[in-house]
Amino acid sequence: MSNLDNTRQIFGEALAEYGVKNKKVVVLTADVSSSVMSTFFAQKNPERFFNVGIAEAGMIDTAVGFALAGMIPFANTFAALLLRATEQIRTCVAYANTNVKIIGSFAGLSDAKDGATHHSIMDIAVFRAMPNMTVIVPSDSIEAKKMIPLIAEHEGPVYIRISRAEMPIIFDESHRVEIGKGMVVRDGSDVTIIANGHLLSRSLEAADRLNSQGIKARVVNLPTVKPLDMPLLRKCARETGAIVTAEEHSIIGGLGSAVAEVIADEFPVPVKRVGVPDKFAETSKDFDSLLDHYGMAVDDIARAAQQAVKQK
Amino acid sequence: MVAKTEYPPDLVRKLEDMAKQLRIDVVEMIHCRGQGHPGGSLSPAEIMSVLFFHHLRLDPQKPQWEQRDRFILSKGHASAILYAALARKGYLPFEELENWGCIGSRLQGHPDRLKTPGVEMTTGCLGHGINIGAGLCLAGKLKGLDYYTYILLGDGELQAGILWEGAMLAAKYKLSRLIAIVDYNGVQLDGTIEEIMPLEPLRSKWESFGWAVLEIDGHSVPEVLAALDKARANGNKPTVIIAHTVKGKGVSFMEGKAAWHGRAINDEEYQQAMEELKQNV
Repeated sequence: MSNLDNTRQIFGEALAEYGVKNKKVVVLTADVSSSVMSTFFAQKNPERFFNVGIAEAGMIDTAVGFALAGMIPFANTFAALLLRATEQIRTCVAYANTNVKIIGSFAGLSDAKDGATHHSIMDIAVFRAMPNMTVIVPSDSIEAKKMIPLIAEHEGPVYIRISRAEMPIIFDESHRVEIGKGMVVRDGSDVTIIANGHLLSRSLEAADRLNSQGIKARVVNLPTVKPLDMPLLRKCARETGAIVTAEEHSIIGGLGSAVAEVIADEFPVPVKRVGVPDKFAETSKDFDSLLDHYGMAVDDIARAAQQAVKQK
Repeated sequence: MVAKTEYPPDLVRKLEDMAKQLRIDVVEMIHCRGQGHPGGSLSPAEIMSVLFFHHLRLDPQKPQWEQRDRFILSKGHASAILYAALARKGYLPFEELENWGCIGSRLQGHPDRLKTPGVEMTTGCLGHGINIGAGLCLAGKLKGLDYYTYILLGDGELQAGILWEGAMLAAKYKLSRLIAIVDYNGVQLDGTIEEIMPLEPLRSKWESFGWAVLEIDGHSVPEVLAALDKARANGNKPTVIIAHTVKGKGVSFMEGKAAWHGRAINDEEYQQAMEELKQNV
């Protein structure tokens, strides 16, 4: 497998650098700055860093106050704990359409060692159901880093997931990132695998395996779960006639659901969803084994693709 | 109690009259709409009168003026009195109050900052005000602006844990430009505060959270005036004004009754309420 890098550190450093340039940016955290690495921001921009203690709901509302005054707050804690602030995010961020950026760190199963209390497998489902919200799941560290100025300069609420686990390096500095746009990472004509986060690199591996079995899989990187890149999804459904989604999230309500909803509406073709089944995962010493154990192994993606092709 | 300062009798009378007028507006609006929250909209009438018609630095012609004081109705269900105050202050045409709650109206059941000029923040779910106000104050400090932020709280919402997250935060950052006012009418949706979830000792709760506390009769215009002035003068910590009020104040059959938290006013009740409210004008 390809080289790994430390996404949370790269994201944390990039946010700190961006904060030096854009003085409107403030960062709030809930006693987890050394974990989510907003410490870099705190070192470079101490006057614009606010640690609110273990008070996630209060953190979101305080961020809302900053946004009302024209600042660009990034509120940052563990994705799983942001569910504590769901009503605040619904009412004061999404409904009030305040310019708050929410960073859900340790997302998905990436805090493997702490278990289901700190796994976040329903954040995408919850936040994408909120009108006005933009939802982003970067697929490597470069992409995560490049999202920072885009989400800061996007007017309106944004939720972005950041993994605790090291991520395979997929893109280089020339990678072009745009909110609401996906991209074909590998072309193919028999089936499209649509993935984001950690599942993109696994989907590329699955495409290699499928190729040896005579199935040409297209792999699409779709970091923006909302709004969806509809032209790209229509094109893939039309050109390949079968779709697999792959994500580190419950199969209920995440990327797979989002894609299945619009494919059913607009261009019905077989869709198979790879993700966490409808159950809580457990503790693991390492992250990759957890993905394998809970249905997100490379073979699971390849098998889903074979089934989707058969159903065409 | 806050020591009484002498305020010009004309000013006091003007603000008392405005409080009475706001109560009349509230009853008119809720009767006209057939929905609303009369009890908690009537109790803060003197507070709203003093804030909007004397104390706050506002310019209705420039609702987004950066230097303005911020007012957040954390108890957003009392929207009737906020809309009445905004209309009488000149943010809205007075006739627009008739459209409150209709499809297409700028006046939502609960305040919506995106639709109504003068509404600083969308509210209606309780407990948000202190943290949002703290964020506004912290931003004001960063930007070098000297506005004050006022949060009108219901007493029932002090039962929400998030509110005390905000109370800790405001004390940590010494947000002396954050001024909270508790409309302590003692009654919530399901019954009295004492029955549902007692708040006492309320003064010492706030004090122990690091706030300056002033306690007043919330229906006394001179006391409201004096407390707000004193709160502004406090230089190193946030201030809460615990304003003792009566739910449904001014309408005898509503006073102190949980049943009048959120219900319509029928024609007969409307007649009686208006007779009582107009008697004193």
